[in-house]
Formats: sequence, structure tokens, C-alpha cells
Amino acid sequence: MTTPEQLAHGKSGFSRRAFLKGSGAAAAATAMAGGPGLAAEEESSVISGMTTITLDVNGKQHKVEVEPRTTLLEALRYGLNLTGAKPISVDGSSGGSTVIMDGKPVSSNSVLAMECVGKPIQTVESLTGDSGVPHAFVDQDASQCGFCTPGFVMAVTAFLKKHPNATEEQIRDGLNGNLCRCGTYANIIPAVLDVVKGGGNG
Amino acid sequence: MVEYVWPDKKDASVLGGSFDKIDGPAKCTGTAKYSYDINPEGVLIARAYGCPQAHCKLKSLDLELAEGVPGVVAVRKMKELGDEIHWQGDLVAVVVGETEGAVAEGLAAIVADYEPLDVYVDDEDLQAAEAAGRTADSGGRVQLANEPEGDDEGFEDKELERLFKEAAAVVEGYYGIAAITHMCLETHGSTCEFKDGKLLAHLSTQNVSGTPGQFASPLKLTADDVTVHCDYIGGGFGSKFAVDRWDSLAAQLSKDLGRPVKLMLDRDLELKNGGSRPSGFADVKIGADANGVITVWDSHHWSAGGYGGGVLNQSVMPYVIVPPNYRRRVTNVKINAAPVRAWRAPNHPQGCALSQTAIDDIAAKMGLDSYDVFERNLVNVADEDRRGVYAEEMKIAAKLMDWKAKWHPHGKGDKNGSIVSGLGMALHTWGGGAHPSSCMVKIHPDGGVEAFLGSQDLGTGTRTVIAVVLAETFGLPVEAIKVNIGNSKYPMSGPSGGSTTVGGVSESSRRTGLDAREQLFEKVASKLGVPAESLEAKDGRIFSSEDSDKSLSWKDACSLLGMSPLEVSGRGYSRGSKLSSNGVGGVQMAEVEVDRETGVVKMKKFVAVQDMGLVVNRKTASSQIYGAMIMGIAYALFEERLMDKNSGAFLNAEIADYRLPRLGDIGELVVEIYEPESERARGVIGLGEPPVISPGAAISNAVANALGIRVPVLPLTPKRVLDSLKLQARSA
Repeated sequence: MTTPEQLAHGKSGFSRRAFLKGSGAAAAATAMAGGPGLAAEEESSVISGMTTITLDVNGKQHKVEVEPRTTLLEALRYGLNLTGAKPISVDGSSGGSTVIMDGKPVSSNSVLAMECVGKPIQTVESLTGDSGVPHAFVDQDASQCGFCTPGFVMAVTAFLKKHPNATEEQIRDGLNGNLCRCGTYANIIPAVLDVVKGGGNG
Repeated sequence: MVEYVWPDKKDASVLGGSFDKIDGPAKCTGTAKYSYDINPEGVLIARAYGCPQAHCKLKSLDLELAEGVPGVVAVRKMKELGDEIHWQGDLVAVVVGETEGAVAEGLAAIVADYEPLDVYVDDEDLQAAEAAGRTADSGGRVQLANEPEGDDEGFEDKELERLFKEAAAVVEGYYGIAAITHMCLETHGSTCEFKDGKLLAHLSTQNVSGTPGQFASPLKLTADDVTVHCDYIGGGFGSKFAVDRWDSLAAQLSKDLGRPVKLMLDRDLELKNGGSRPSGFADVKIGADANGVITVWDSHHWSAGGYGGGVLNQSVMPYVIVPPNYRRRVTNVKINAAPVRAWRAPNHPQGCALSQTAIDDIAAKMGLDSYDVFERNLVNVADEDRRGVYAEEMKIAAKLMDWKAKWHPHGKGDKNGSIVSGLGMALHTWGGGAHPSSCMVKIHPDGGVEAFLGSQDLGTGTRTVIAVVLAETFGLPVEAIKVNIGNSKYPMSGPSGGSTTVGGVSESSRRTGLDAREQLFEKVASKLGVPAESLEAKDGRIFSSEDSDKSLSWKDACSLLGMSPLEVSGRGYSRGSKLSSNGVGGVQMAEVEVDRETGVVKMKKFVAVQDMGLVVNRKTASSQIYGAMIMGIAYALFEERLMDKNSGAFLNAEIADYRLPRLGDIGELVVEIYEPESERARGVIGLGEPPVISPGAAISNAVANALGIRVPVLPLTPKRVLDSLKLQARSA
């Protein structure tokens, strides 16, 4: 096991990974208390190595092997091969890894997988292209390279749940957590308005 | 003989229509797989360790602790002891492991020591760069309408002096545009599978057909043993043409470890290594006649291309509007940054931002309407044939902007509290000729149609363009064409750069499609007893233009092929082609609001009028223009690479710190495609680059019109706006 001293010696300054490694176990232990899917031993204050947890993803229970430091994004991408959510920023600042958990948009790279046990998680893969938000995105050509698109689709889905009758002004104010480099914003705005008009909301 | 032409507008059934991207649903539901997303059985994760120093020699590198981290499978150095490192973030080592967490822990356990060397990163301060010995003369050019009489050595200076003296107005200005990064949302990298002496590389690339050989040679293979696969690429913008050193290492690691290896750069190393656009700063002096027509230009610009990278090319100074007399000079500023890479429309956005701002300053100085000055200066557009196109595009743009009603002289607009508004415009040009491309078309006896091209889709809708072209050729709906791209085993197609792809694949798929159709027509002709030349394909039928009763459905026609599919290969692009051309214009007009108290610039309205020859798919073409305008807003108002002058550290190499526009920052965007018959008749011309060129100058000019002063350097951040206002207040 590498000591904190060794870590500090190797790399100075703030390290997100070191942070996750250090505090992840505590967070996971907190999450464990009410985590029905967590199979790990409950008395342990520090968990290391692989643990099997159960995640509620897109309406199904999935067993997935994680470490305490594994993020939800990593669990989805490597454990469940659900790669719609993307690793774009080191934190939640791009919105690229957005999924909906407990009805709210969450950057899946900013939560630990263990914290998500027992919470319903919806990923972009639960949507189909022939209705709702993805359909409006296709219709308005609101994707270019497409790498940010799944995160945007989930952010819009969550936004419209909260604001089913959103106005253009609300849309311009309320969807600034997601980043697109190709410049699809001008297509996303009418796509969201289309969903509002259609009343489908995905 | 098949004549390789497009149908007339009135005869076209799908060409030029508006179609959803055929891969849109995959992109919008997360099923599209990018290189980053491909997780073969047993894949190992590799991440790189970047040098924390900007200029140094590697003194020691201890990988032992990293190797001992549980879950770490291998650690490899990428630099030798004593190697000189020229920028912060250059890759020093790579850690391979079972999980992201193990790899991160391994990276944190690497111990390295460096011998620091002199650092220089300030590309704007020319005097400081000269004092640091970091400049090099990169040439220049002089063009004067008059010839010297005899051996007059001082002619150049004297003639320029005379021209400036004769000018009705002279402006001397300073202009600049900061370096930016490509910021591909999918970072550079690959997932490599080496098995049985062969490599399958899932590479995030703009160059599917051109990269196998680059993988092969370091592995002591030949290119036929390598397959490069890229169905989707998460942004390239000119930075993903080559197999990078980290990609070669991923392939080598896969070979050595006997397992697939995924090596994608982290965000900070992406921004430090994965590509940037050179900055440009210029002292410009221009003179104009009493009408505001530029008669003389004298400029010196300097630019930093990073270690070993090129400077901002002199050919774009001045830009589009080129007076009969000019002198230009370039200095290369050598900074400790990674070498630049081609960025969407290389050189042009900077050239436009450094020179069409100066032209607008002439309008301001003379109290003229900027529109009038740009219009009068169309006589200075080198290509006479294009002057009329610009003039028409300007008229359309002005109408869409309501320019005449909104215009006020520079700095003389109404104030709404601390808010002032302004208008600005700019013109651009780009080549966009077709690249070489080959295509294979398969028509199955059951009527199915497939196309194969070793091309790629950067988000422009390559697949859909190919489908539209073949659907038009065969008289089928767009969704009937199954397009296969993104694999180097398919027929060669050029790299996607310089707006060459849509022209290239349209050429090859139209030619191949017409060849295949001719072969099918021959079979149909003998079945129907009509001459093959009389046959047409439309609305899912093949019929004789002489007797429309003589017809077969597409499916019945294809059944004449017998047991085997008809397979036809063809090449696109030949000189004198009627299918494609090159050279476009384009005009953009921006309206902004500037808050004099906070320095915040807000986009109010932004109009683009763009020609591109013949439009293949109107929907995706419009999206390209919208996207380019937003990317333009990004470098005009938000993004820049920030470097610490002392340490050379790249200060904002994370998305949270690197400012880019969000959905709420774009204002109202208006796109108009200019496609009169004269333009349509030129054939297909690429579109990716041109609309990203003008935004810097157009937005800067709008801010200058609002404030009555020039904020010289892009991006026009609140700080730069406020600094300029303070400077003005002090000098007043």
C-alpha cells in the first residue's frame, strides 16, 4: 500500500485521485449504512480492493465490481459497458457525464459508485431515438461530433421534467452546465422548444 | 460514356434537400462508440504522466513505487535521463493498470527530478521576447504598384512614405489574438488491440486511411497488418491527423502485455499536448483615399507556434482586402509550449482578426459607415470574379441584420445606462477543394445498396452526404443507402482537413454511383428493350424517358443482377471536374452590447451569409455554419491559453478554468446559405472552415463601434475591455 507520504513525495499539489482515494472509503462507508445492494462487510471502516455492489440502472438491478474510489461514471462505462455518459472534464464542469439519479441530473464522474447503491439511475441508453428529447435533437441536428450530446440529452431531459413548459428564455438560462465544442447550442434551443411544444418531455 | 455531372436543381430529388443525419439517433442515445468507449475484453487502462516544468532536463525518474501499486500492470518511461523537455505537460511516463483508480495511484507515485532551464512563454511582449533571445525573423514580402527608377535602394521606404503622405486618412493600430487550444471533448488517444501479429487500433482520428502506416513502422509491421477503426470522433478541428507518440506506445504496450490497452490523454495533458492555434499580434499602419479605399498597408506581426511549431503565416496579412501596395514582416516568438497544430482554417481567423479590424478603424477615423468602407474596398479583393459574390452577400447580410437602421458612427450610439451597442462586419475566404477519395458501391440483387469509404465523420455528416449523393444517383430515398466509413480497410479517402471531405466523398460516390448505375441500366435496357441511354432512376423506379411505361422497380431491376451483388469501385477528383470546385467567400455581421461598467460583451445578434457552391444537405450545412459562429464567439469573447510568465505553467488546462461560451451566451444567430445558380453550377465546395474565420474581426469591430475605441486583443474579456476604457479615460 502506498503511504500518503509517498504520494506527496511523488506529486505535489492537489490530486483529485488522491482525494478520492483518501475520502472515498469514508463516503462509501456512510453510503453503506442504508445501501441495500452493498454486499461488503458492514463493520469495516476502510474498504479497499474490489467489492461487488448492485446498481439500479435504467430500471434493472446490475451487479458491478467496484473499488471504493470507483466513480459512477467508471462503473457505468467499464463495469456495465454503458458508455453514453462521457469522461470530458475532471470535475462536473462539462456536464458530459450527466445521468439522472433520484430524478436529478448528476455528473456521474463526481460521485462514487458506492454512494449510488439503492438510487434509481437513468442513463442516456434508456432513451430511444424515435421520441422525446433524442428525437428532437436528431430532428434539429443538435449533434455534431456527438461527444457532448448524451450529457446534453440527459440534462435537457431532467430540465424539462422540472420545467415542462419552459420558455426560450428559461432554456437559455437553465442549460449552461453542459459544454459543446462543435457549437450545437443554436440547434439545441429549438430542439428543447420542440419537446415543450410536443408535450412529450421524453 | 458516363458524364459526371450533377442534376439540374429542378431535376434533383434529394440533392440539396434537408436531411437528418443518419447517425443522429446513435449520437443522441449514446450508442455511438468512440475510441474512448471501446472496451474489449480484458482492456487495460493507460494514463500518461506529464512533466510539471516548462523547460528542463530530466535528472531522475523513479518508477519503482508506481510499479508496486496494486493493480498497476506496467510503467513505461517516455523520456530518457538527460532529455530536454520544452513545455509543461510533455509526456514523461505512462502507467498501465487494471482500473482508473490504480492507474491514478500509480501516476501519483512516480518520482521525478528535473534540472530547470530558462523559461519563456510571453508571446505578446515582443521586447521581452527579444531581450530573452526568443525571436527569429520569419521573412516578409513587399509589393508596390510602382517600380523604382534605376538602382534606388531606398525606394521601398520612400515609396511607402509617399503613399502614406498622399493618403486621406492613416491609422496606426495594434491588434492581437491570443493562442487557444483545440479542446476536443474526446481527448486524443486510442484503444489498441494487438493480436496474432496484427494491430487493430481504435484511434480517435481525422485520418482513417492515412494512419495504418504510422502505427506499423515502430512495431516493425507493414501497414497491411494494421487496421485503423474510427466510427465516431469526439472533435478534431485539425489536431487529429497523425498517430501520436502516445498512440504508438499504446500499440506497443498491447503487444508487450498481450492485452488491449486504452490510452487516452487526461484533460490537462490534452490541453498541454493535443493541439493549439498560434497567437498573432501585429502593428499595422494603413492608409486610405478619401472614400476609405485602402491604398497602402505596412505591418509587422509576431506569433508563437510553440516548440518547433510554425508561426502565423504571412500570406494572410492583409486578409481578403489586399491593397496594391503593401509590406509585411513576421517574427517568430519561441515559447515553451507544445507545437501548434492545424486549427480549423489555419491562419485565416488570425489574419482576419488582425487586418479587418484595421480596415474598420479607418472607417471609424473617417466617420464613415463600416459597411460602405468594406463595400468600397471590394476593389481590393484579388479575385475579381468573387467581388460580386461578396457584394451580394453583404446586401443579404445587411438586410438580415437591419444594418442601415441600426448603424451609428463609432462610439456615438444611444446609451442604455452603462450599456452601449454596436455593429461590426468582416469577410473571409477559403479553398475547400475536394481531397482524393475512392469509393466502393455494392448493389445487391435484393435491391440493398452499400457504400464503403475509408473516410470519417467529424460531425459534419459525412455518412449522410454520401447517402444523399447515392440516393440521388439511384433514385432512392436517403435511408435506403447503407454507408460504411471509419475503417482503413475500406477504399482510401483523404484526411478530413481544410474543408476537403464533403467535396471529396461527393466526387467519389457520385462517380462510382454513376458507373454502377450505368452497368445496371445496361441490364435493364436489354430486359425492357430500350436503349440504356434513355433510362432514368427516380422515385424507386428505373424507367425510359422515351416511354415511361417501360419501367422496373428498383428491386426488380436489381434482381437482374443474378446471384452476386454488383460491385463497382471508383475514384473521385480529377482536374476539370464538374462535380466540385474550390474557393468560397462569406460575410458575417455581429451586433453586441457592451457594459461599460463591467466590461462584459454580450452577443445580441450574429448573421452569417455563406456560399459553398452546390449544397448537398442543407440541414447539416446550416449546422456547420451555426457551429463555426459559436466557435468564433468562443475565441472572440471567451477562450485563451493562459501561461504563467515565470514558471511557464499552463494555468487554465481544465474545463472549469478554460472559458468557453455556454448555451446562454450565443444570442440570436442567423444563417443564410447563398446558392444562386451561378454558385450551384460550380459543384460541391467544402464548408467546415470558412464560417469560423470572420467572427473575431466582426465581433471586435462591433465592440469598437459600441465603445468608440478598439479593444485590441482577442478574446475581448471584461478585463481587456475595462483596461481599454481606463486607458482611454487617462489619455482624454
